[in-house]
Amino acid sequence: MDYPLHDWLPLAFAALMGLSILAYVVLDGFDLGVGVLSIFATEKERDVMIGSIGPFWDANETWLVLAVGLLLVAFPAAHGEILVRLYLPATLLLIALILRGVAFEFRSKAPVATKRLWDYTFFAGSLLAALAQGYMLAIYILALDDSFEAAAFGLLTALCLACAYAFIGATWLIAKTEGDLQLKSVEWGRRTLWFAALGMGLISLVTPFASQRIFEKWFGFPEIILLAPLPLMTLGLFVALVLLLRQAPFPQDRWAWAPFVLTIIVFCLGFVGLGYSFFPYVVPESMTIWEAAAGRGSLAIILVGALVTLPIIVFYNIYAYKVFGGKATALRYE
Amino acid sequence: MEDALLLARIQFAANITFHILFPTITIALAWVLLYFRVKFTRTGDEAWMEAYRFWVKVFALSFGLGVVSGITMSFQFGTNWPGFMERVGDVAGPLLAYEVLTAFFLEAAFLGIMLFGEKRVSPLMHTLATVFVAVGTTLSAFWILVLNSWMQTPVGFEIIDGVVTPTDWLAIIFNPSMPYRLTHMLLASGLTVAFLIAGISALRWLWGDRREGVMKPLRFGVILGAVLIPAQIVAGDMHGLNTFEHQPAKVAAMEGAWETKSHAPLVLFGWPDDESRENHFEIAIPSLASIILTHSAEGVVPGLNDFVTAEGEVLHPPVTPVFFAFRIMIGVGVLMLAVSWAVGWRIWSQGGPGLWGARALVAMTFSGWVATVAGWYVTEIGRQPWLVTGVLQTHEAVAPHAAPVVAVSLTAYLAIYVFLLAAYIGAILHLARKATADRGGAPGRGPVALPAPAYAKPD
Repeated sequence: MDYPLHDWLPLAFAALMGLSILAYVVLDGFDLGVGVLSIFATEKERDVMIGSIGPFWDANETWLVLAVGLLLVAFPAAHGEILVRLYLPATLLLIALILRGVAFEFRSKAPVATKRLWDYTFFAGSLLAALAQGYMLAIYILALDDSFEAAAFGLLTALCLACAYAFIGATWLIAKTEGDLQLKSVEWGRRTLWFAALGMGLISLVTPFASQRIFEKWFGFPEIILLAPLPLMTLGLFVALVLLLRQAPFPQDRWAWAPFVLTIIVFCLGFVGLGYSFFPYVVPESMTIWEAAAGRGSLAIILVGALVTLPIIVFYNIYAYKVFGGKATALRYE
Repeated sequence: MEDALLLARIQFAANITFHILFPTITIALAWVLLYFRVKFTRTGDEAWMEAYRFWVKVFALSFGLGVVSGITMSFQFGTNWPGFMERVGDVAGPLLAYEVLTAFFLEAAFLGIMLFGEKRVSPLMHTLATVFVAVGTTLSAFWILVLNSWMQTPVGFEIIDGVVTPTDWLAIIFNPSMPYRLTHMLLASGLTVAFLIAGISALRWLWGDRREGVMKPLRFGVILGAVLIPAQIVAGDMHGLNTFEHQPAKVAAMEGAWETKSHAPLVLFGWPDDESRENHFEIAIPSLASIILTHSAEGVVPGLNDFVTAEGEVLHPPVTPVFFAFRIMIGVGVLMLAVSWAVGWRIWSQGGPGLWGARALVAMTFSGWVATVAGWYVTEIGRQPWLVTGVLQTHEAVAPHAAPVVAVSLTAYLAIYVFLLAAYIGAILHLARKATADRGGAPGRGPVALPAPAYAKPD
């Protein structure tokens, strides 16, 4: 297929949107995962777990606003098409994110007697948000199919994505906690790893078989050889994670960050694979990024703003992670 | 289809009503926090820092609710109103993008540092983080109000193949109603925060907590309210004249004016009837509407009947909701003026709000919300049947969902919003109770029941 590459603005926005989605999946992925795991912790541990994501969750969630915002402003036709088709899961996702976000604030500010309620809300919201995202991903992969089989695949993917989030959440906690909670996190990581791997394998298999076009993109020649490193590296990383988690935690807390970093790389590889499969479509099999893009003049104006602010955003995000570096404690306003 | 449209509109209204409550607080509260922070740095008086620490929690709570309800907004365009971006996306897109980028710019880092970083960064960095959060919330408001104002008074574009294409971005940004609407909204935010701070502080005062950590924000809130309300009345009047110039049908609905005439009366009260196209039980002052809107008793004020086409298509908003929302907004404004000035005078002359002054402040705690929401209903319902005045009608933009689907999502949203609103107010009251209890006050009981603490100022 030939792409009108001289018309590069839609391409630039597809890249920006892709990066925002990736940032969201990794960053909110780990804090949603911590939320999913929070139900298995004691009250004290839960305070530390929530403390470990406290300064970040607002910013993490804003990547979703940016990603959906970019879809909205750069590919308005696709935004409508996709979200109208995914109406109910999108509504569920939003309600889940609302509940989870407010539970986060209320559990520390409402009367002690209701803290329990907000803890459950926090867990339920985190889980539901992860499930809804998994379901939406699956239906998107199946080109917005609304058959019964698609829904079944959607539910399975939903479970796997929730586990994948729980897994990256566990690896975050391994890095950010110590003592018993760290041991627990290692155990959580060991258990959820398999489901995360299963989900990734499942999606890797279903995507090419759902579309002839994608099948040829992967299994044609020489693509199959050029692309081979992608699945092989992912496999290698999973093996490394299994071995790491079997031994963790290490003396003097060595390699505490390794599982988290490796998991981020796995997420990135998976994302590259999906991006490669769907390009140049923004609505699978029906609308390319060039067809869906807004007026080029407006895109240029947005791009200027994005290029000025995004590097600063990234820089200050990193700064915030540094300020709140080290092992997590329960949150205090000081 | 009619039902689905109405449900989709109610859903959008519910979402944006719930959302606007929290930015209305955070926009001004960020600046107030900065003021507390700087006051503390300048004077070293712990009372300012105590006020900061209390209100920063309310800020965090409001910000969190604003973030999550804001995410809903960015989805709503696609899930329910795909026609909006298809037709005017080339104008709305960049404005929304700039809003997200600036909002994000502040959220990305500074909020976390502002809330939890006091001990982790230098005092200067902590103050700077507060500055950036304040600037960010205000910039966010700026971009959103630019877009909303453009939808009310669109300029700087041409229509090519049915799609709105921007031709002059300066004209789009500084469209005719933007400066008025922005000023009106920023003042509304300031007033909402003034009465919130005064009300909660007055409640703690009634509980017997009368230390400087409570008295300083109490005085601050009352003075801020007393100063801003006259400014708001002037700004609101100018905004009204601007609307009269550009959207006369909206003003006609606000006034309940059906017939076009000179010597138009000002309807103080009445019951507009959209069916029979007249007001019942009308009480009006002759010629006053003409004088206010045109500065002459002879001035002609267009009536609603001018906005019905020969084919019978109604191109003016539904009158009843606009008419009553306008009166609620004005009524709350008058109350704000009376309470802030009366209590302000009492504090000025006698050093404290007094029992009834404090009770009045408590009653007015959330008055800013009522006025702000009522004002938005005036301007948004008043824009109907247009989504973008003269360019795109609301029914053209709605997504083709079946009514029951929207009914389900709407019910879920409404249930959650009612629950969260109760929880939000409950949490603020709980924070106040805890702050007072921690300092030896007795929350929940009247001041008469206990001796005034030794450190309390005589009232």
